[in-house]
Amino acid sequence: MAEEKPQTMSRRRFIRNTSLIAGGAAIGGGLLGALVGANLDDEQRTDPNKQTASQQAGGQNNNEALMYFTSREDFEVLSAAAERILPEDDHGPGAIALGVPYFIDHQLAGNYGYNTREYMQGPFYPGEETQGYQTPLRRNQVFDEGIRMMKELSQKNHQKAFNELEEAEQNEILSQFEQGKVQMRGVDSATFFNLLRSAVLEGAYADPMYGGNRNMEGWKMKNYPGHQASYLNQIEAEEFQEIEPQSLHAFHK
Amino acid sequence: MVTKLPKVDVVTVGVGWTGGIIAAELAKQGLKVVGLERGKPRSTDDFLMIHDEYRYAIRYELMQDTSKETITFRNKPNQRALPMRQLGSFLLGEGLGGAGVHWNGQNFRFLPYDFQIKSMTEEKYGANKVGADYTIQDWGITYEEMGPYFDKFEKTIGVSGEPSPLGGQRPDKYPTPPMKETVITKRFKDAAKKLGLNPYHLPSANLSETYKNPDGEQINACQYCGFCERFGCEYGAKTSPNVTVIPTAQKTGNFELRTHANVTRILHDGTKATAVRYVDVLTGEEFEQPAEMIALTSYVMNNTKLLLVSELGTPYDPNSGTGVIGKNYCYQILPGATGFFEKERFNTFMGAGALGATVDDYNGDFFDHSDLNFIHGGSISITQTGLRPIQNNAVPPDTPKWGPEFKDKSIHYYNRVLNIGSQGASMPFRHNFLDLDPTYKDAYGVPLLRLTYNFTEQDKNLYKYVAERSAEIMKEMGADEVVTSQTAENYNIVPYQTTHNTGGVIMGAEPETSAVNNYLQMWDAENVFVVGASAFAHNGGYNPTGTVGALAYRAAEGMLKYSKQGGSLV
Ligand SMILES: Cc1cc2nc3c(=O)[nH]c(=O)nc-3n(C[C@H](O)[C@H](O)[C@H](O)COP(=O)(O)OP(=O)(O)OC[C@H]3O[C@@H](n4cnc5c(N)ncnc54)[C@H](O)[C@@H]3O)c2cc1C
Ligand code: SF4
Repeated sequence: MAEEKPQTMSRRRFIRNTSLIAGGAAIGGGLLGALVGANLDDEQRTDPNKQTASQQAGGQNNNEALMYFTSREDFEVLSAAAERILPEDDHGPGAIALGVPYFIDHQLAGNYGYNTREYMQGPFYPGEETQGYQTPLRRNQVFDEGIRMMKELSQKNHQKAFNELEEAEQNEILSQFEQGKVQMRGVDSATFFNLLRSAVLEGAYADPMYGGNRNMEGWKMKNYPGHQASYLNQIEAEEFQEIEPQSLHAFHK
Repeated sequence: MVTKLPKVDVVTVGVGWTGGIIAAELAKQGLKVVGLERGKPRSTDDFLMIHDEYRYAIRYELMQDTSKETITFRNKPNQRALPMRQLGSFLLGEGLGGAGVHWNGQNFRFLPYDFQIKSMTEEKYGANKVGADYTIQDWGITYEEMGPYFDKFEKTIGVSGEPSPLGGQRPDKYPTPPMKETVITKRFKDAAKKLGLNPYHLPSANLSETYKNPDGEQINACQYCGFCERFGCEYGAKTSPNVTVIPTAQKTGNFELRTHANVTRILHDGTKATAVRYVDVLTGEEFEQPAEMIALTSYVMNNTKLLLVSELGTPYDPNSGTGVIGKNYCYQILPGATGFFEKERFNTFMGAGALGATVDDYNGDFFDHSDLNFIHGGSISITQTGLRPIQNNAVPPDTPKWGPEFKDKSIHYYNRVLNIGSQGASMPFRHNFLDLDPTYKDAYGVPLLRLTYNFTEQDKNLYKYVAERSAEIMKEMGADEVVTSQTAENYNIVPYQTTHNTGGVIMGAEPETSAVNNYLQMWDAENVFVVGASAFAHNGGYNPTGTVGALAYRAAEGMLKYSKQGGSLV
């Protein structure tokens, strides 16, 4: 089914690299040249002296720790639910292997979780579907309540923790949320489900700097090359272009 | 305590495309201009880390901070309007350059038909073609009169294009040649030609080559980087106010830019404006800036809101149909078709905001409406703007929205999907309007603007017809499965549709039915010019900014005239 196996780091081919930092000061012709022209050779890429601290850390990813969740169990429930939304398959990793649960945890601890850029003044009324998000809850509270209800429902229906249920049982519970059938405090369960679903896709495909899309494996599944400085030389190509992906980290090496 | 500042010639409220054009044109003529912009300053240097879909396209970093200000919304007058708590249906601009920083750059001229829609429709189809509740009207200016201003805007921004075989007359060529032809644009054109239609390359403000505009500003050549709409251009290749009119204004020495300055009110004596009041959003300090002339250049929403809160002009009353401020709010109708291709993969991840091909055969009155239950239509385009992976997970209908099948199909089709879309015209309707919300306030204590809007029968009929035409083209392009888009029963503020809001402070030939004359000068306050798509008496079948920019040049000419002779300009 998957025609292209995801490229691994060791199978990297030639990568066009650019140094925006070096050319950053100049605007206009100078910047253009710096953006498009600068290719780093392979030798330089593998030279350990030129690698960054995180690459040298021997695989330990210090980013994988919890910023928002306080309970291990809540995080496991979130992880299990995320994996059901985007499961591992022949194309490649699922939400857990992509680091999506860490992405969500980190997002809930910041602007996203605290709705710092949303209008949060009352009064609050449920409103019509066409009027959108109307809960007084912040997103991280919506997740707290959603996870609490997932735990409660799995205990009630199966006398087990959500993350220990069979996949079909987990799916069944998630469907109830999706259809708005779960009673939640202050928010419709479909709102929680939609937030969760969007957050999973965001974590799978956002730049890996956010903690998901580990090793750009999300992008590789979609044959998406991530950040590339220019497609000027490929835009007219007749054939599909397979390009080794590159993340924003490429600017910081 | 409000600090009163020394008087200047001109104040612009907001510094995006319209504010930038007014500032540049008047500062060049020696007038002292102050630009008040509520957001922060930004330039090409700030876009070096811009290839971040999550930050900019999903979390909307360059757009309006709705924790400070938003609108309220309801579908009909008998509903309770509720705040649009997060951006969705449209993405309002904030910060230097406004939405001109993160637009696509698809740049069209509205059609001759648009400017005289009422008289031309009546002439051809009789007086009863649309019902009386559709408050269409002529704009008080013709396409021919608009010509020089269109031309000026196109030369300022360096549009890359070729003429539409059907569009209005254009004496001059586009300043730069069309963007590159790709497999996708060619496939669309070939299919359209087979169907007897008249395709052309979409006029683009992502430039095909480096260009110096008449003001001496350089715009660079587009790299087709695929992070264009919703993003700033790190190359200075997508024309924005920030690389053209704002630096032009600054070079004169007559333009003072004040960012983090949120205007809350226009002060006036009943016949003329005297000053604007604004808050320094960093310190909370309040200032009063007196001026000879005031240009409202704060986009459709705040142009309307500031007039209403300042009690300038007569508010529109949908029951009696009288009054003008808030009248004829329109949007854009977006029919289209999606094609799923089994055997081919396309380079859809590459592209530019305005890379595409278009047909006008079902736009304006280029097709006979005698037996159709709507007027106007829309341009139909294929675009290759760069499909990014978070936002694009197209799957055939009836695929579950999550789980194994969703994952498989959304990955399989990621590079196997093409979309054709139309910018459908939107006709004004008596009960679609803007006024002030009675309950909700912004961060400065000013009432929020209230939007009452729903799709009409005209909209739905237009939608269905144009969606079917789009699907015909997609079939001809060879898609294995074609999905024709379906009109929504009710307008929904949640999913992104388009930031092509129009109306609220419309232009026209008579003060009874319009708020501004054809120089965008207010009938009720001669030294106030209200510039933007707020002046559109309806929304046409194209993206708006080509026409907005032209009207801004027209308004600048009017302001210059007014500074010399005063009085009403018409
Ligand atoms: C994603 C996107 C894609 C688009 N693509 C296209 C396209 O391809 N083609 C096209 O024709 N159009 C497009 N548009 C629309 C285009 O961006 C607008 O038509 C254009 O920018 C309008 O210019 P303006 O000056 O009227 O308003 P804006 O650009 O919105 O500028 C208004 C400015 O006023 C400021 N302001 C508002 N209120 C206040 C206040 N109270 N005090 C002080 N300052 C204030 C704002 O912060 C803002 O900077 C797009 C828009 C978006 C969001
Ligand atoms: S596609 Fe072109 S114009 Fe758009 S951001 Fe990229 S380089 Fe700039």
